[in-house]
Amino acid sequence: MVDHTNTDILRSVQIERVIVETPSIRTIIFEDKYSVASMPGQFLMVWIPQVEELPMSVGIENLGSHKFGAVTVRKYGPGSTALYYKKGGERIGIRGPYGNYFSIPKNLRNALIIGGGTGLVPLVRLFGDLLNYHVNTTLIMGSRTKSEVLFEHKAQKILTDNKHNGKVAFSTDDGTYGAKGSTVDLAESILLSKKFEMLYTCGPELMMKGVQKLGERFSIPVEASLERYMKCAIGICGSCCINDRLVCQDGTIFDSNRLRQLTEFGVSYRDKSGRLSYFIPQP
Amino acid sequence: MYLRNPIILASGFLGISQAIFERIYDEGVGAVVSKSISRYPMEGYRNPTIVVLENKSYINAVGLSNPGCEVFSEEIKTNEKVPLIVSLVGSDPLDFEIMTRKLDGSGIIGFEINLSCPHVQKLGLEVGDDPQMVKSIVETTKSNTTKPVFVKVGVGSTNILDISQAALNAGADGITAINTIRAMKISIDNFNPILSNKVGGLSGPSIKPIAIRCVYELWKKFKVPIFGCGGVSNWEDAVEFMIAGATSFQVGTSIGFGGMSVFNSISNGIVKYMERKGYQSVKELIGRSHKY
Repeated sequence: MVDHTNTDILRSVQIERVIVETPSIRTIIFEDKYSVASMPGQFLMVWIPQVEELPMSVGIENLGSHKFGAVTVRKYGPGSTALYYKKGGERIGIRGPYGNYFSIPKNLRNALIIGGGTGLVPLVRLFGDLLNYHVNTTLIMGSRTKSEVLFEHKAQKILTDNKHNGKVAFSTDDGTYGAKGSTVDLAESILLSKKFEMLYTCGPELMMKGVQKLGERFSIPVEASLERYMKCAIGICGSCCINDRLVCQDGTIFDSNRLRQLTEFGVSYRDKSGRLSYFIPQP
Repeated sequence: MYLRNPIILASGFLGISQAIFERIYDEGVGAVVSKSISRYPMEGYRNPTIVVLENKSYINAVGLSNPGCEVFSEEIKTNEKVPLIVSLVGSDPLDFEIMTRKLDGSGIIGFEINLSCPHVQKLGLEVGDDPQMVKSIVETTKSNTTKPVFVKVGVGSTNILDISQAALNAGADGITAINTIRAMKISIDNFNPILSNKVGGLSGPSIKPIAIRCVYELWKKFKVPIFGCGGVSNWEDAVEFMIAGATSFQVGTSIGFGGMSVFNSISNGIVKYMERKGYQSVKELIGRSHKY
């Protein structure tokens, strides 16, 4: 008899529906009670038979009155591209959810969320949760260009459904939607005009490093969701290490105190062989 | 080789980073064995590389991913704190000569030659099934270091006692037994073998009785230092390995279920067991079952 309570064991799920989010991003929706019970920032290992197994931030989608598990994927490498082209009715394997999740401190009154690209997947979920907890929250949604703005409809729906004080701001690299430039620049200008008690971020690592620096400068705690090359997701292979931490088990969310100790954060990461590579080439 | 306790992190788990080695040492191990290091960097296989089974066992085919001996020697060059044993994998004596020379001066306490990786061609078990090759690899390694050299054997096509005999004759200081055992997991849903390499190595409680038998036979025949390895999940397993003949034992798979705190709970369990039995040293346990 298969033990269906051990979420480390691969389980097969049928794809219920695929939603086209942008020209390069789709959301794959499937029935899974463990995904529905997940928290923002947790991830699944997603098996695309014959191609890859990938860590993917786990989402929740409502179809009618029923909640489904979901992953949102940008076509990039062979694995993510194969997942991107999956259709309703096809099956994939999943295990997890794994990892910790964003925390919402008691008595938090206002928060600023800074997300870029598919980093917005956990953050839009978090945005909804924060507003539900009556936290005044501003969400910065960053993308390269207008057509790649992700989850705007979701963010708008959260604002419509929620009477508490939420705001959404956009930035694009090319200025075709919202502020021109980086999310970090936009965050800086918002921080100069309003006080916040918490910063949450997920997206490209150098962007998150920028958010960490803003946190230090304005003396605001930060939580960031980190990404490293991952194999096992259960804390045994060591592939995802950053300094002495394992992103799969100790993360993916790290707070300011830990980020300060992680000298590799925003500097270097390990490649598939375990060699250190650098985000910015070293002299 | 003196260790503060007989708990050793098994090769293949967690180990390519000095920062992680230090953390594991602080968690209470007596020594750490690195992932197997090869002459040149290896990326390993595509995911899935690990499948979790029902009974707290795994099948893995990571594919010996490692940064290569050049980069790894840089990684550990500042090591003073951690009793580190470097696992080596290669396909001929020259590989081992180059790697041993490169790493011998680092802050390490010994080598473990991986002659039994069950899922990479031309490395590991394919070498380890050939007693003549085992002999020349061990002789080469020994002639390039004064540090202890252990040989990790597996369940291949050649008897484990014959391979161990060849290794010991060539000067090996001890034997690590056993490596993972060739195994598969296939999806009944889509008929695909799940691992990208299809075949991997089985570890965890599933292989423990086989590992116990191997350690028992090795101790009976050779009375040399043995690192017992295969499915140690708790102090009871650890004691069983030692009374079968293991000098120390290695822990790996159970970290996936109990986290790094498993080392401490094993250690505490052994201490209490010894108190109950009135033993002063774990040495009193080694090979004790052979009296019966």
